[in-house]
Amino acid sequence: MGTSNTTKVLLEMRGITKRFPGVIANEDVDFDVRNGEVHTLLGENGAGKSTLMKIVFGLYQADEGEVLLRGEPIDIRSPSEAIAARIGMVHQHFMLVPPLTVAENVALGLSSSRRPFTDLAKVSTRISEISDAHGLAVDPSTEVWRLSVGERQRVEIIKALYRDAELLVLDEPTAVLTPQEVDDLFVILRRMVDDGRGLIFISHKLHEVMALSDRITVLRDGRVAGSTTPAEATRESLARMMVGREVRLTPHKGKVTVGDARLSIRNLTVIGDRGTPAVKNLSLDVLGGEILGIAGVSGNGQREFAEAVAGLRHTEPGGTITMDGADITTSSTRVRRNLGLAYVPEERMRDGVVAEFSVSENLVLVNHGSREFTKRGLLATGAIRRRSTEMVKQFAVKTPTIDTPIASLSGGNIQKVVMARELSASPGVLLACQPTRGVDIGSAEYIHSRLIEQRERGAATLVVSEDLDEILGLADRIAVMYEGEIVAIIDSADAKREEIGLLMAGVLET
Amino acid sequence: MLSKIVGSAVPVLAALAAFLVGAVMLLVLGASPLDGLKAILDGAFGSGERLAATAVKATPLILVGAGISIAFRARVINIGGEGQIIAGALLATVIALALPDLPSVVLIPLVLMGGAIGGTILGAIPGVLKAYASVNEILSTIMLNLVMVQFMNFLLRGPLIDPLEIAAGTRIPQTQRLSDNAALPTLVEGTRLHLGVVVAVVAAVIAYIVLWRMPLGFRLRAVGHSPEAARAAGINVERNITYALAISGMLGGLAGAILVFGSEGQRMITDGSAAGFTGAAGFNGIVAALFGGLHPLWTIPSAFLFGALLTGATQLQRVLQIPAALAVALNGLVVIFVISSARFRSYIQSIIEKRPSNRASEDLERPYSKIPGVDT
Ligand SMILES: Nc1ncnc2c1ncn2[C@@H]1O[C@H](COP(=O)(O)OP(=O)(O)O)[C@@H](O)[C@H]1O
Ligand SMILES: [Mg+2]
Repeated sequence: MGTSNTTKVLLEMRGITKRFPGVIANEDVDFDVRNGEVHTLLGENGAGKSTLMKIVFGLYQADEGEVLLRGEPIDIRSPSEAIAARIGMVHQHFMLVPPLTVAENVALGLSSSRRPFTDLAKVSTRISEISDAHGLAVDPSTEVWRLSVGERQRVEIIKALYRDAELLVLDEPTAVLTPQEVDDLFVILRRMVDDGRGLIFISHKLHEVMALSDRITVLRDGRVAGSTTPAEATRESLARMMVGREVRLTPHKGKVTVGDARLSIRNLTVIGDRGTPAVKNLSLDVLGGEILGIAGVSGNGQREFAEAVAGLRHTEPGGTITMDGADITTSSTRVRRNLGLAYVPEERMRDGVVAEFSVSENLVLVNHGSREFTKRGLLATGAIRRRSTEMVKQFAVKTPTIDTPIASLSGGNIQKVVMARELSASPGVLLACQPTRGVDIGSAEYIHSRLIEQRERGAATLVVSEDLDEILGLADRIAVMYEGEIVAIIDSADAKREEIGLLMAGVLET
Repeated sequence: MLSKIVGSAVPVLAALAAFLVGAVMLLVLGASPLDGLKAILDGAFGSGERLAATAVKATPLILVGAGISIAFRARVINIGGEGQIIAGALLATVIALALPDLPSVVLIPLVLMGGAIGGTILGAIPGVLKAYASVNEILSTIMLNLVMVQFMNFLLRGPLIDPLEIAAGTRIPQTQRLSDNAALPTLVEGTRLHLGVVVAVVAAVIAYIVLWRMPLGFRLRAVGHSPEAARAAGINVERNITYALAISGMLGGLAGAILVFGSEGQRMITDGSAAGFTGAAGFNGIVAALFGGLHPLWTIPSAFLFGALLTGATQLQRVLQIPAALAVALNGLVVIFVISSARFRSYIQSIIEKRPSNRASEDLERPYSKIPGVDT
């Protein structure tokens, strides 16, 4: 922004290097924030964004380089020193105590004006002032566990403002918010910047970065890959900086004629872990040759729905699940898989792979007992190794060997192993949950192209994702799930982000 | 690599530590530790006959140990070796009593199979209870041990008691001498080395093959590491948990049949105490398995070591007038050292590998998953 030249530099980091055993998390990083601007740190998982900010907040000490605050060199050795220097941080993982009230959480760690007694009434008044001034609506007397994720985040911001932070760091604040909550948050953040505060925003979601930032610095493998502004950059150019090569952000989809319903769900009700219905009387058809995207904020029954389809969770009487004409409502997972169902679970490390097994063992986890992989009752090691090597190559899995323990691969490569395994059976119905969560852009791009291939084969593909961009890019039709129900099914040609966002939040009725 | 070597050295160090404590105990009892060691070695390996006795003592430990290893790989703890041995021995005994005139080539396989079946049944019960009713298998297998000891005492004092014992009025709880056609043939003349030793070693090798070369073992290990991922891949977790305990029990039952038909008396006999018939092989087998790193093949040498300790202790008593119970104490010491070294071992390995656990880095990618009340 043009105004930024005239304002003061609030924080400046010069030549910061931070090493961990085996990794250099930050290498010779220069970074600064001025009063009145949002400077975004963009980068893939593991690029070193959180580490750099933890140095600002005194959680880590830099191995090399210097930090200047308001022009003065400063050595921040702990969070309390950071807070004293008017630096606030909203962590990627919230640091709230759920059984305590909002006011108690805010007061935590501060000395009371009425020691040894608490001054919670005073704290509450001040919180109300702050929330009024910044549009951060929250009731100081509620316990934190009652709050939604979006509200908890507001409490974190209030905590920082209560301590009079001039520099505010937000580490991936939008990861768990609905699109509407993100919009609200951005309005709040803008207002804070206009008050003259400096703000560091961390994200890896490109459209958010373009919407909020004044300046953008991209980190890749711990180094600064470049700095730019939203005016000069495009989403594509940012992605290129993040990954270090050309990437296709919107997957290319050819025209495919859709066939009959291959997966039909009627009146499905599923009881969740809390004993209450998580999926309520849901009906849905997925056609051959289409990708049906299920959009929704997590916790609205998607997990229970997917588990019911995969045969991992009981369904209530009255509902039916049919696959290619066969009633599979009460069939085991094995039977469903034999009928042509493939399942990419949302919790990759828990449900997708056996962490202690090798890449190869995980690749044959489903069909290790098939004729292809057994010989006279024994596992046909040669055939398994040959096929695994092929699959690793075919899916561009980066692994030293096929015998490497899967847990030592990156999230993206683990997901490629899961995809390779699930797609190798040429499934008729593919159920993919959060297929690219925590996955680097390069792998995500690859996984998307593989999902799109399934359309051309005539498979029915169901993609459950919290990432609206992913759904918009992949799906032919979008079903929005809210509180266990499909509240709307929209053709993706007519889909509008805002409308889907409102549906996800349960605001819009159809 | 380095961490692997250190990892396998730790149990040996633990055993050495146990022997050091044993040496101190000998000193306290007024005997020279060196003489003690000599007596044990001499008793265990001093002659062909003694070597054979050691092998025979090791036999049930190999079988039970291999079974424990299989169960453990499926993350099931089988403490029911004692009961499973008894079940196998009883069924094998009943078969030999019912069909005493079958030729050896038929009867020997039949009683061994009977033993295996008896053990399988006793293993499958806690297996089914754990898999389908979430009954803790440690508790249920221990309970079944108690039940089986009482059941055996009842049978050997009543329905199965040797008629001669009733006639003589001594009423020792034992069966009559069983058909010689069922006796396990001696392999080396003049020693007690019998076919059962070979059966046990072969069974341990098969256990290894099942675990690492067969689809069944693949599933057992998958279920042991991650029941969730196994289930999502279409593996029947409950069934495989049942299999794990059933197979484990099968090996124990086989050990029971071998104890009966490899015995000098050629009969099932007890003294009324809990370990009267088994000689605590069901528990010592666990020790052998732990010391063998819960690997069926390593269980073989490990069982020989404990077999040697047991036979050597007899010599210790004879030569130095030290109670043979010292061997039991040594056994216990090895267990304590090996088990506590397991923690120590993982600690050392984590230092050597010097990297945060991969699960932790996965958590970094999954924000808020640790907050109660928030589903991600
Ligand atoms: N406390 C730590 N110990 C060891 N390695 C770490 C630690 N924190 C981060 N790392 C490593 O440093 C690198 C950067 O991590 P991080 O700053 O969290 O990345 P980002 O926030 O951009 O996803 C990663 O390779 C990560 O594994
Ligand atoms: Mg981070």
